[in-house]
Amino acid sequence: MTKVVERKPLSALERTYLPTLASGLKVTWKHFKKTVFEGKPATMEYPEERWVVPEGYRGAPYLVKDQEGHTKCVSCQLCEFVCPPKAIKITPPGPEGQVADRTNAEKMPQEFEINMLRCIFCGFCQEVCPEEAIFLQRDYSLTGESREEMIYNKEKLLKLGGVHGGIQKWKHKLEEAKEQEEFPVAKI
Amino acid sequence: MSNAPATTAAPPPVEKIRIKVDGRDVEVPKLLPNWQGKLEPTTMLQAVQIAGGEVPHYCYHPKLPVAGNCRMCLIEFGTPMMGPDRKPVLNPDGTPKIARSVLPYEPQTPRGAIACATPISPGMELYPSSPATKQMREAVLESLLINHPLDCPICDQAGECKLQEYSVEHGQANSRFVEPKVHKPKAVDLGPRIVLDDERCILCTRCIRFTRDIAGDDALGIVNRGSYNTIAAWKDGAFDNNYTLNTVDICPVGALTSKDFRFKMRVWFLKETKSVCSSCATGCNITIGSREGTIYRYEPRDNEAVNGPWMCDAGRLNYRWVARADRIHDVYVRGVKSTWETANREIHALLGRAPEGSVAIVAGARQTTEELYLLKKLATRLGALTDSIAREGEPDRLLVSADRNPNSNGARLTGIAFTEMGIQLPKIAEGIAAGTIKTLIVFGEDVTKHGLGADLLARLETLIVSDILPNATTAAAHFLLPGCAHAEKRGTFVNTKGRVQKFMKAVEPPGDARAEWEVLHEWVHQVTGQNGFSTIEGLFNQMAREVPAFAGLEWSKLGDTGVTITI
Repeated sequence: MTKVVERKPLSALERTYLPTLASGLKVTWKHFKKTVFEGKPATMEYPEERWVVPEGYRGAPYLVKDQEGHTKCVSCQLCEFVCPPKAIKITPPGPEGQVADRTNAEKMPQEFEINMLRCIFCGFCQEVCPEEAIFLQRDYSLTGESREEMIYNKEKLLKLGGVHGGIQKWKHKLEEAKEQEEFPVAKI
Repeated sequence: MSNAPATTAAPPPVEKIRIKVDGRDVEVPKLLPNWQGKLEPTTMLQAVQIAGGEVPHYCYHPKLPVAGNCRMCLIEFGTPMMGPDRKPVLNPDGTPKIARSVLPYEPQTPRGAIACATPISPGMELYPSSPATKQMREAVLESLLINHPLDCPICDQAGECKLQEYSVEHGQANSRFVEPKVHKPKAVDLGPRIVLDDERCILCTRCIRFTRDIAGDDALGIVNRGSYNTIAAWKDGAFDNNYTLNTVDICPVGALTSKDFRFKMRVWFLKETKSVCSSCATGCNITIGSREGTIYRYEPRDNEAVNGPWMCDAGRLNYRWVARADRIHDVYVRGVKSTWETANREIHALLGRAPEGSVAIVAGARQTTEELYLLKKLATRLGALTDSIAREGEPDRLLVSADRNPNSNGARLTGIAFTEMGIQLPKIAEGIAAGTIKTLIVFGEDVTKHGLGADLLARLETLIVSDILPNATTAAAHFLLPGCAHAEKRGTFVNTKGRVQKFMKAVEPPGDARAEWEVLHEWVHQVTGQNGFSTIEGLFNQMAREVPAFAGLEWSKLGDTGVTITI
């Protein structure tokens, strides 16, 4: 059902637009006074001046390392699967690939690429990650001179991501296994 | 599953039993074929499946002997109550009274039975979705997960893992287990193609039964006791028969994984294409797993009439050549890179004015039946000698055929080759030597290895070669045409028993490569003036109408598992 809203006819004074102009200029003057005479500018002097990024802000997703400086990602490719704009591309190690640098983890990605031009900063990758290896961090201003430059590779992502500690579940498993008596395998 | 051709003898009347599944009346056969095809009393699991239900199971496999050790298929059931006079006790409304199976010392507690190994009896009632059944499943799953490492992010089975699926469907959300888990060896080298992760194993013994009873190589067993039970090969790395990778398929968890597929791709990314293995004349049905134009694996596809649920390792791993870097990508005319238009124009003109008998055709029995049919059409018009080349190997008692061509029977039925393959080759060689054969068309074979040496090829006026990988014949070709692997086109193969099976296209061909049948269709059109069908469906149907052996067949009637014809 369409609802027709009656528009009030403008009065003679209103039709001159002068009252509206005056009220607009009042706002302009107020801010002009504040900026020029009181030294309280309404805008920020970006990029010299940066705003404080609030907690929980969803910036660019980066890979993180554990407290020992090892790659946390195990190349399960769930983020690649869940990524709505298909910004993530992971190259799994394959049978002959690189062995994971993290204690007791069997796998890590050969290559991990995020196309930051495609990324929509939705945070699904962070949410789906079973290893807490990818986090949306505070970077909001990503620039590059070419499309290729905006595809961040594993090395770059790990460098930007920094360290995120937490439970080292694979290392914990190894310690647990070592604590148990040596596994008795029948030698034939 | 049952696509076996109907036997001519009238089947004996099937004795039926009436039971109830979740309160619904169902009539099921009293006897059903077991894993070997022998009739045995119908089990609860089969009865529930016939009733349209599903009983979760790990150790049960329709093609393996029943072990009944995982306990996942436990269901609650009841049997008609019998009075002391051995007559059924009736309810007041006249229906038979059902005694639910309970623990003898604890009549409030239902006593389940493993559905995979318990036969049904008349009047039995099964409760596959009762609260008690659900509780039993929860409990079994919980105990199976006690020592499971939960390393799904790393595990190759994730995505096609029964443990994952049943945990979601029937399991509990939380673990109540606080004690440290028993740790077992990981990444154990079981054989040349198999890696074993003992922590993930649920000891269903499917792999043991497969290798003992199907492959006939008693290589696996369980060692150690209690919580330390582990699967082991009789000697380290000794699990090396030609069927080991089937254990990866039947392993319901990620304990047995393929070394070839290890950490290559997550299974949920793979596009599955129904195809047929081209490594021998058995024609095992396969599913090609590919992603973004790359083939990652072949898996057997169930076809009772051909391979059942199995396939050999050699055939399964024979996919890498499709992505080889040295494949022929472009059309070459006398060594110069050219286009299909130029090459086809010249070939059309050349074949159009070729005198009768001046052309010979050698077509590999790795080409599809449709392609061979089109080549035969061409040969008839040109009065050409045609032949194919036999490829022999060592057969085995299970699946591998001595004939290593996937389509020898296709070549024979279309008339390209005779019963004995290669019988015409000496004649072709003579013809070339005598100068009567001036043009040779070769499809997918290296004829230099089969009596038509480089010296003979040099005598030819025109050598037209379509192939996938470079060889001595392609090097001598005047017209070199890039062909397609069977995974890159559609078509049919006729296997050693005369089963016509179609396969679908999984990946795009590289570079300028085109499906041979498309090219041949143009040649036939230009040379013989008969316009055929430009779709594979139409082409197959046309072939079925013209070649007597395929009479009555239609592309759409082939289905996923093919049709057997008399050869």
